[in-house]
This record gives sequence, C-alpha cells and structure tokens, in this order.
Amino acid sequence: MSNHHKDYAGAKLGMWLFLFTELLLFGGLFILYAVYLARYPHEFASAGSKLNWVMGSANTVVLLTSSLCAAMAVTAVQRGELRRVLQLIGATILCAGGFMTIKYFEWNSKISHGIYPGSEHLKAGPPGESVFFSLYYMSTGIHGLHVLIGAALLTWIGVKVKSGQVNAGDYVLLENGALYWHLVDLIWIFIFPLYYLVL
Amino acid sequence: MTNQQPHTSFWNDTGKTGIASWIFSTDHKRIGLLYFYSTFGFFLVGVLLGLLLRIELMAPGRTIMGAQTYNALFTVHGVVMIFLFIIPGFQGSFGNLVMPIQIGARDVSFPRLNLLSWWIYIIGAIVALTSLFSGGGAPDTGWTFYVPFSARTGTNVSLAVLGAFIIGFSSILTGLNFITTIHRLKAEGMTWWRLPLFTWSLYATAWIQILATPVLAITLVLVVAERLLGTGLFDPGRGGDPVMYQHLFWIYSHPAVYIMILPAMGVISDIIPVFSRKPIFGYKMIAFSSIAIAAAGSLVWGHHMFTSGMSDTAVMVFSFLTFIVAIPSAIKVFNWVSTLYGGSISLEAPMLFALSFILLFSIGGLSGLILGAAATDIHVHDTHFVVGHFHYVMFGGTGFAFFAAMHYWLPKFYGRRYAEKPAIVAWALMFTGFNLLYFTMQVLGMKGMPRRYYDYLPEFANLNLVATIGSWILAAGLLIMLVNLFRGLWWGKPFEGNPWGGATLEWSIPTPPPTENFTEEPIVTHGPYDFTRSGQP
Repeated sequence: MSNHHKDYAGAKLGMWLFLFTELLLFGGLFILYAVYLARYPHEFASAGSKLNWVMGSANTVVLLTSSLCAAMAVTAVQRGELRRVLQLIGATILCAGGFMTIKYFEWNSKISHGIYPGSEHLKAGPPGESVFFSLYYMSTGIHGLHVLIGAALLTWIGVKVKSGQVNAGDYVLLENGALYWHLVDLIWIFIFPLYYLVL
Repeated sequence: MTNQQPHTSFWNDTGKTGIASWIFSTDHKRIGLLYFYSTFGFFLVGVLLGLLLRIELMAPGRTIMGAQTYNALFTVHGVVMIFLFIIPGFQGSFGNLVMPIQIGARDVSFPRLNLLSWWIYIIGAIVALTSLFSGGGAPDTGWTFYVPFSARTGTNVSLAVLGAFIIGFSSILTGLNFITTIHRLKAEGMTWWRLPLFTWSLYATAWIQILATPVLAITLVLVVAERLLGTGLFDPGRGGDPVMYQHLFWIYSHPAVYIMILPAMGVISDIIPVFSRKPIFGYKMIAFSSIAIAAAGSLVWGHHMFTSGMSDTAVMVFSFLTFIVAIPSAIKVFNWVSTLYGGSISLEAPMLFALSFILLFSIGGLSGLILGAAATDIHVHDTHFVVGHFHYVMFGGTGFAFFAAMHYWLPKFYGRRYAEKPAIVAWALMFTGFNLLYFTMQVLGMKGMPRRYYDYLPEFANLNLVATIGSWILAAGLLIMLVNLFRGLWWGKPFEGNPWGGATLEWSIPTPPPTENFTEEPIVTHGPYDFTRSGQP
C-alpha cells in the first residue's frame, strides 16, 4: 500500500470523530453531575467549598499554558523549525507533569482527611456529599488518566519529530496529537468550574 | 483452488500461508474473514448455551442444571450473543469484506487501525471469557448488569464488564474507520446517491457506534468503580440512584439494537432487488430511513424503564418517540415489498433468508410496539413475551440476514459455492423451528411466564415443551446449513463471474477478489441497482 498518498483530511476526520467519543464518555459523568446536583443542591454546595480552588486555578493555568505550547508546536512545525517543535512539545509534557503533581497533592490532602470513595468519613456524612466526592474522584481521575495518555502520545510524537518522520511536509500526526491535547484541556475547562467554582 | 484463478487473489497474494499472514494482515478482506470466523464462532457458542437453557426449561423444576448455573448460563448467553457476536458481527465481517469494494476503494481509510480493532475485540473476548472461570465464577446478573445486584453479587462481574468495555473500544474504532472511509475513499463517480444501501446502513450504524458506545464505556467503568472502590453512585443507601444506571445503560444499549439491525436491513436492501431483477423501490427513502432510525433510535431508551420508576410525562414522551421509530422501519418494509411487486423473483437461498427476514422482522417489530406502548408494556414487562420479541428482531431479523449475507457474499470471496437444495432444506427447517420456538415464547409471556426464571408453574409446561422442540428443529436446520455452506465454500463447485446478477461494484471484480480489489481504478457511471448494466463498474 506504499503507493497510497496520505489522506490528511481523512486522518483529521478520524481524529475529530474520536474526540467526539471522548466528549461523550465524559458526558455520562456530566449527566450524573447534573441529576445529582438537582437532587442535592445544598450538600453539593457545602462539599464543593471543601475543594481547594487555589490548586484548581493553578492547574487551570498550567493546562492552558500547555495547550498554548501544543498549538505553537503545530505552528512551528509548519514553519519547519523542528528544534522549536521539540522544545514546545517538551514544555507541554512538562506542564502535564506539573498538572499531575498538583493533582497528587490535592488528592493526597483530601484522602488524608478521610475523603475518598467508600471512606467511613463520607459514609457518616450526608449522602449528597458522598455522591459529590465520588463524582469528583471519578471525573478528575479519568481526566488525569487522559492527561497521562496525552503526555505519552506527545512523547511518542516527539520521538517521531526527532527522527524526521514528522516534519514540515508531513505533520498530521502532530496536529492530531495537539488536537487530543486540546480535548484534555477542554474537558478540564468544564470540570474546573463545575466542581470548584459554581457551587 | 489456485488452479482456476488466472489472477492473484487475496488468498495467495503474499505467497505466505501461515496464521501470521492472517492475524497481522491489514487487508480488509482478510480482517473481514477473521471477524467472520471469530464472531460466528461465538454465535455457535451462544447457540449451544441457548439450547441448554431450553432443555432446562423443558419441564418445571430441575431438569439438567441448578439454579445458579441457569442464572450464569442466561447471562453468558446474552453477553456472548450481544457483545461477541451481534454487535461486532455484521460491521466486522461483511462490513469489512464488502463495504470498501462497494464504494470502489482499495481498502479502508485506516487499515492498521482496522487490524487493531480486531485485536482489541479478541482481547476483550478473552477477558470476558476469563470471567467465567475465575474469581467468583460466571456472572449471574443478566447481560444488562443491573445494579444493585451487579454491584453486590460475588460472581466475577468486574472482569466480564471490563471485557465489554474493551470490546467497546473496538466498536468505536471500526465506526470511525468506516465513516472516514465512506467520506473519503469513494471512487470517481461514486456519489452519495449511488452508494449501495448496505453501505448506507453501515454508515448510519457507524454513527451510532461512535455516539453511543462511549456512554456504555463510562457506565461500565462506574460499575467496576462501584464494586472495587465503593463509590456508591448507584447505591441508594449512599445517596446514589440505581435508576440512573438504567438510564446510562440504555442510552447506549437501545441505540445498540440499531447497531445490530441496521446492517441487516442493508443486506436485505441489497439482496431483494438482485433476486427480483428489479431496481430497489424508494432508494432514497431507504437510505434516509437508515439515518432516521439512527437518529430517532437514540432518543427512545426510556421505553426499557416503564416499570423502573420514571415520571408519567417521561413515560409518555418515550412511548411516543418509540412509535416514531416504527415509521422509518415500516418505510423499509414497504419499500422491500414494493420492490418484489412485479419483479422476476428467483427463490434461491439468499432470497429465501431475505424474504423470511421481512416476515420475522415485521412480527418482531410489531410486538415491539406492544412493548413500546406504556399500558401494554406494564402487563408483559419482564415476561417471555420480551424474550420472544427481541429474538424475533435479533435472530429472525439480524440472524437470518446474517445467513442471507453468508449465502450471498461468501461464495464471492471463496470462489466456490454451496449446494442449493440442502441450503433450502436448512432454511425451511430453521424457519419452522424458529417460529415454533419464539412464537410460543410470546404466547407464554402473554400468559404471564416471567423471563429469567429457573422454575415455573405446571400450567406453562406444555408450551415450554413445544418451544424446546422448536429449538431442536432450529438447531438441526442450522447444522445442515453450516455443513452445506462450509463444505461448499471449501470443496464445492466453482463460483465465477456474477451468477446472481448483482449490479453493485463487488460483482464487477474477479472472484475471489484480488488484493487491492480493482485491477484498475473504477469509474462509476450508474447506480447500484441498475441491472441493465450489471457486472460493469
């Protein structure tokens, strides 16, 4: 099949379709959030106030910065500045690491206060709070998993850039990787206000 | 079989014959056959389990197995049939085999992703089957994995659910591969309104796979989290709500029944005109109705939950929307029948299966309306009527269409054919046995026999015996069909040219097809059912 020219539009169409499926995956969690928020508005409010909004905001900044780097990497590859592409991919992955570190400390402090799914502390409290924190852990946990997958994907693409397989003439892989990274960012942009801010 | 082929077919192109030349092949035809044998193999496993269930229900009380084994068997029967056969079956086997050829492409858009889909499917199947023999044993929840029981039972639900989750990935990847392929790789002159209706139905199916499967994925993850972490999201004692599980589950699993039936309708739309020697009636309406079923079918999940605790408003809305889905389905049935009218019908095996599809699907669809109407649903909910209904649609519909496709397309890919007479005998036996089995089930349900019950009152004994005898006739027909079909494909008479007289592109290429399907890029100049020029691109 080597004589087939690459179908860029096809590759991007496939990626966009995949991103839709990711949105719908989180959609299930957002539906649960909506239903349970309507059922337990007060418990959700008091539980939400226990989340550390400073850490949440810091993570938002980190992730937005990483998305900027990913977008700049695509611009750089179009201009053929491969060194800069590698630097920007590196910066994106670094931000991913920063995000997960902050997340680790955040989760750690919650868990040390006895707030985790199935804990005695939550079982003793009002049921709405237990539901809130279960949803919080599921949403941020699955999102965190996507951050890790995205970072791994970008690392792999970085290797391809270094070996010259991704270059100014053939960069659809990097473009798709950046699209995936923006999706990770986008989902966080919904999770952050829903859990940290609006309640 | 090499001596009859002047060209190099996809069977012997690489010169390699080992298993690696198959399981690592990116050729859509080889992947299609991989899918065919794996999904059809699981179908036979499911049939065996179903036969055992029927023997158990032959007489009241214990017949051949204990109650726990019975619970495990109907669960595994459902899981195997739904997740391992009927959802991946049509797309994976005949979608892969035929669709790229029908649009005039050399392969799908992402051949390696296509192979990955099959591998993910196999891994998911292995994980799901491991659950039967590990941990607390085979799951006993029914294929629906309803909470709270699925969160509490000691059987190995987690692993079975994980298997279904993995298979979901495979389904999504096939879906996005097919949509991209149909958008990007149509040959010159292959416009949207020249697409064969089978391809149209695969296109609609692929959209459902993409839009619905992720919701199942997250639901299954939540069930595992419920079991392993104790999240309590579906546990009323902890503030959760089991009805939310049912909503999320059916948001996927109702559209999923259209993943199962739409490709079947597509096959029928391709076979009926060929064996009537007449262009399909209402081509555009059939294509539109596939899309309409996909769209409307995504909004009707609540009709599985009329007795679960929903507001009356929700019940009425879901009931109304369910009736809406009947319209595009009926459009298809009327169009098939109109195609037959005045046609020059030849009753060969694929056509017999296709014709019985129309009848069986209609019975199944109409009994579905009894279930879709809230008032009657309350009466027959969770009875054998439901079991009869979905077997009419899924087995009588999709199953018979699958058999039709096997008789219609497999000879094209093998270059050999089955014997006609045994195929017709097999069809007649299966048709008889099928109706004896499932119509009796519907009667039993009307009389009040619940589904998934191990034991029953003596007044249901006679009808249960009739149903079990029906299952044996059905199995006998199936056996004859299998022996005849595969004996024919491997050792039968040569199948060359275009014996059915089909006008879609797959009948314009050599038999069996060469590796990249077309010896030269096809330029399409006529529609898929223009029989005046059949056999030409």
